[in-house]
Amino acid sequence: MSEFFNNSGLFFALLGAAIATLMAGIGSAIGVGKAGVAAAGVLAEEPSLFGKVLIFQLLPATQGIYGLLVGFLILSNVGLIGEPKDISVLQGMLYFASALPIAFAGLWSAIYQSKCAVAGISTVAKKPDQMGKAIILPAMVETYAILALLISILAIFGIAGMQ
Amino acid sequence: MQQDFTYAVARIRYRENKLLNDVDLNTLLSAKDADAVIRQLRDKGWGDNAGGSDPDELLRREGEKVWEFIGEIVPDKSAFDFLLIPNDFHNLKVAVKAITRDIKPDDMFIRNAMSDPDEIYDAVSKREYDRLPDYLADTAKEAMTVLLQTSDGQLCDIIIDKACMEYIYQLSKAKNEEIIRLYCELFVASADIKIAIRSAHTKKRLDFILRSMASCDTLDIERLANAASLSYEDVLKYLETTRYSSAIPAIRVSMSAFEKWCDDTVTEAMKPQKWEPFTIGPVVAYLIARENEIKAVRMILSAKINGLSDDVIKERLRMMYV
Repeated sequence: MSEFFNNSGLFFALLGAAIATLMAGIGSAIGVGKAGVAAAGVLAEEPSLFGKVLIFQLLPATQGIYGLLVGFLILSNVGLIGEPKDISVLQGMLYFASALPIAFAGLWSAIYQSKCAVAGISTVAKKPDQMGKAIILPAMVETYAILALLISILAIFGIAGMQ
Repeated sequence: MQQDFTYAVARIRYRENKLLNDVDLNTLLSAKDADAVIRQLRDKGWGDNAGGSDPDELLRREGEKVWEFIGEIVPDKSAFDFLLIPNDFHNLKVAVKAITRDIKPDDMFIRNAMSDPDEIYDAVSKREYDRLPDYLADTAKEAMTVLLQTSDGQLCDIIIDKACMEYIYQLSKAKNEEIIRLYCELFVASADIKIAIRSAHTKKRLDFILRSMASCDTLDIERLANAASLSYEDVLKYLETTRYSSAIPAIRVSMSAFEKWCDDTVTEAMKPQKWEPFTIGPVVAYLIARENEIKAVRMILSAKINGLSDDVIKERLRMMYV
């Protein structure tokens, strides 16, 4: 039993990588899907707007990539990719905690960004010349996903430096 | 499960660009005759490719196109039952009168409805009321019986109109959308006010007035009916105490001015839907905007055909959604 607890650092680190990829990925999938529905509506009326609405649809996709990046960094730091390493329970739990910012902020920011992107798609459908302004608004939501990504990455590198 | 209207709203947003605005209406008004109006409308995509110059055909086709488009973007048309069911009641009225007078009702039916008008006609003519939807069955039986026993067409109309108002109001209470509730509230309240004014002018009895009116939250129909049984001025005095006080100047002008006030009030209430991306609101607002647009074009065409002055029409033209 004690051997199990001694080795559970790796388990917590893997759980962190999984949750970062999973939750940010779910957020992006919902977001891209929702924006895609609105984009399809506009394209049914005006196919020439494809390039413009595609950008809006892709905006909520970034959170999933951030989650993947954090997951990859954790896997690489704990030795699940590359050279195997000894990870203590404390380190494992710290890796898990480091994944939480991008997991939660990724999930929610992607969903809310998609709502903003859908509204932006409506704006472009009505006034294609307002593309520049319309795209800034959903892009603002991205800030919070980037802040969360930053904290997750700083935490991962900080843990890697701890002995 | 609540329906998602994201796709529908995205398509509506594009179509909103094609709605006629005040400038377009003024351009139509300045056309030299009805043919020129029709040509301008065809350039904007009205009607179909057949290209005929019959105004009624153009407007009928445009009305059909609106519902074809809505059917394409929102497959479940029960979301718009509060707009379609009044047409069922209209078709019932036509069917009952046509059957008792032994005439063919085809041209008088409104095809954009929840139930097939021919099915309503067939069920009523064979007295098979259970084939009708629940909301029509009892009303159809009562209206048919009254018309056969009394030959009183007005009483028959009252029974059907009241049943329609009550059912629409009941439907609106079950909906979550504020915009639908507001539309239905105004639908019933404006009908009650019209009944009160007409009854006051024709000096109807209180029991007749009460029998015609349907309850709603924004009017006390007992007080309104009492006022209508006394005089026209009493009706206005009562309305002064309600949220419809701003309609009084329009009511004093004419019934059509009051109808314009009602349509403008609905249009004004719909305007915030221009910024709503997910709910049924923008679709409802678009439908009502298209109805108003067709109404406005009908007025312009009638004016051109009958040689009325532009100023007369300008007074009656509704506020546009865009």
